[in-house]
Amino acid sequence: MAPSLTVKVTVDGIEVEVPNGSNVLQACEAAGKEIPRFCYHERLSVAGNCRMCLVEIEKAPPKPFASCAYPVNDGMVVHTDTPMVRAARRGVMEFLLINHPLDCPICDQGGECDLQDQSVGYGGDSSRYSEDKRAVLNKDLGPLVKTVMTRCIHCTRCIRFCTEIAGVPEMGATARGESMEVGTYVQKALSSELSGNLVDICPVGALTSKPYAFVARPWELKKTDSIDVLDAVGSAIRVDTRGAEVLRILPRLNEDVNEEWLGDKSRYALDGLKRRRLDTPWVNRDGKLVRATWPEAFAAIAAKLDGMPGDRIGAIAGDLADAEAMIALKDVLASLGSANVDCRQDGAALDAHNPAFYTFNTSIAGIEEADALLIVGSNPRREAPLINARIRKRGLSGRFPVAMIGAEADLTYRVQHLGDTPDVLQTLLDGTHAFAETLAAAKRPMIIVGQGALARPDGAAILASAWALAARTGMLRPDWNGFNVLHTAAARVGGLSLGFASGKTLAQMMNGGVDLLWLLGADEFDTARIGAETFVVYQGHHGDRGAARADVILPGAAYTEKSGTYVSTEGRVQRTAQAAFPPGEAKEDWKILRAFSAMIDRPLPYDTLDGVWARLAAVNPIFHRIDMLPRFGCGDQTGPVSQGAMSAAPFEQVIHNYYMTDPISRASATMAACTEAHRPAPSVAVAAE
Amino acid sequence: MSLLDRTARGMLMSELIGGMALTLKYFFKPKKTINYPYEKGPISPRFKGEHALRRYPNGEERCIACKLCEAVCPAQAITIEAEPRDDGSRRTTRYDIDMTKCIYCGLCEEACPVDAIVEGPNFEFATETREELMYDKNKLLANGDRWEPELARRLELDAPYR
Repeated sequence: MAPSLTVKVTVDGIEVEVPNGSNVLQACEAAGKEIPRFCYHERLSVAGNCRMCLVEIEKAPPKPFASCAYPVNDGMVVHTDTPMVRAARRGVMEFLLINHPLDCPICDQGGECDLQDQSVGYGGDSSRYSEDKRAVLNKDLGPLVKTVMTRCIHCTRCIRFCTEIAGVPEMGATARGESMEVGTYVQKALSSELSGNLVDICPVGALTSKPYAFVARPWELKKTDSIDVLDAVGSAIRVDTRGAEVLRILPRLNEDVNEEWLGDKSRYALDGLKRRRLDTPWVNRDGKLVRATWPEAFAAIAAKLDGMPGDRIGAIAGDLADAEAMIALKDVLASLGSANVDCRQDGAALDAHNPAFYTFNTSIAGIEEADALLIVGSNPRREAPLINARIRKRGLSGRFPVAMIGAEADLTYRVQHLGDTPDVLQTLLDGTHAFAETLAAAKRPMIIVGQGALARPDGAAILASAWALAARTGMLRPDWNGFNVLHTAAARVGGLSLGFASGKTLAQMMNGGVDLLWLLGADEFDTARIGAETFVVYQGHHGDRGAARADVILPGAAYTEKSGTYVSTEGRVQRTAQAAFPPGEAKEDWKILRAFSAMIDRPLPYDTLDGVWARLAAVNPIFHRIDMLPRFGCGDQTGPVSQGAMSAAPFEQVIHNYYMTDPISRASATMAACTEAHRPAPSVAVAAE
Repeated sequence: MSLLDRTARGMLMSELIGGMALTLKYFFKPKKTINYPYEKGPISPRFKGEHALRRYPNGEERCIACKLCEAVCPAQAITIEAEPRDDGSRRTTRYDIDMTKCIYCGLCEEACPVDAIVEGPNFEFATETREELMYDKNKLLANGDRWEPELARRLELDAPYR
């Protein structure tokens, strides 16, 4: 008889059916019983070393069992609240507290500490310990994670996280028993883009956030559920504010996107929200920017626009622009007779004809279903650490050949590096390369095309070749779409969905291609290329490259200060929520454009947020399905238009410094510290023997 | 009969004499009234007066910015901001009490794990302006320095009952 898929377990008299192979702790959770635990974590391997999750099992040796490390059997009867279990947990807690300092008042974990909560719930009421406690030297884990190692209870969650999820086995434990110390073997900053998650998984205050040290207590924060926009993944975040200040950003559970993790930039760049902000309009008067009022700034633009032909007006949307602002800007320009809008600052050859050509069609959760992967011109570890973590998770769960064409990089999992030029793509397409067979043999192969492959003169040809390869290797089927474009900008897919790439391209707008250039937070291109006579309006939240070149500056709101719609690289439409108010005179971007349209007597037909959302949905129906991502197979194999031939130039990395990619992270002192800490060490001249 | 009785009392002025006798008795008794502000009444060690932030004998401020007083304050009169000091220790950069909001319940004192914030014996801190009642950290620490001998003695007297 084949083993049954589920087993029946009775927990405290409640019968539950759980998958065969579950552990007792999971069965208890299925029955709705809370089991205290420190070392056990759903997404990490089982260590079974904290001994807090003890339960009693009938018809088994009369001793408490560590439920996280004990598999269920059919007909097992578990008790989670007997005198023996209580006494055992109380004893474990007493042992844990022997060496744990009683410094809760100065500990940043206070108020959200598992040890605090569980010692109240399951511990004794007093201590019998009067001997000396041990003390451990703190470790330096870089500018993000602060350590107070005396508080460590040796649950080894951080070690398992680094090894399993982050893929940088840099943490470990030395010595045993009371001498055991957790740390990096060699003192150095953690080289992971996911190191901030150590703070979340540490059940005590041993690993805490360094930039957030002593800043606030969890109970005084206002929590706002929002969406991260510092990369194109669209991670779910929670923004913690006190008054007008954003103090902390934490990940929120979204199994389809970020699970419960968050990249370091998304988590720690928040101090950039307070620095270099544009809080008042500025107008260029006699070659010098001077503070102005809103009517003065609008009048300066209107005066310039007077009589200007529509074709001489252009707009570029930046990487953090929300869909509301982009549609409002596009509509304002349309009312002025211009269709010159572009959201591709890097000049990536993205074909907007079919959403399948510019989105991550497999979806992030879908990576786990794939069985072969080819990465072209992308470094997902820097461009989207959470997608990289998902690829690594897939790799750990079974055979998953991964190959990459592009600049060689350590992606934390085994990658077959095929080369760094488009020629390799051609040989794969011809079927002469060995990896082409791997792809063809795979049932659900996928390809990830990065911006490094598209943001180059032959990008269109590469996109077409990648699509052709996908079609040839069975990635494009009615039940499976393995063609993926990985974006680095949160605004990009939204912009393409709204048709914010029409008329003159960015390159055509440069060098006097237009007389008035409206930059919607566009900072990621060389502003020196803008013609000297071009009148530049910069609308955005940070005084960065774009604002430095501007003739009129209109202060806008950052993503934590407005309810903005963003479309992730998957094509998932999500909304940020307003957690704080924009500083000074700054306003939400679509409202600025609405006010400006009224001032030039061409009012936009919407003046409420609901009106803008209705307009968005009218332009593209995907804006109807907030937070939902239907997955489609590929019904139409017609590829994007190919132009020219692929050159022989090698693919380049698009992100050289993960920690600074946008105006917010460039303004952040924490990100500057990270950049400094991860700067490649200068090569030391070795003395001649 | 009652008419006769009442008339006799009225004629003999017995009620008047009784009242005057009481007055005369209190005239010779010790006086309860004190000559405030030159004289002051006794105060319990638990009296909840003006707040003060205390220091350790070596001059180090006690407050560690744990924010428990801020959390427990039912009138939300306390505002604290903190950051690591240069030596890495946890200290407040701001410790404000709005004395106009404070209801003098003493919960801040009870919540404090290091006996830093205390309500002292001083009740004579009336001011001419409202602004003067917005106490900041310097004012509270100065209060602590001024009242420390008294504060320490009060804590010692109250210690057996804590």
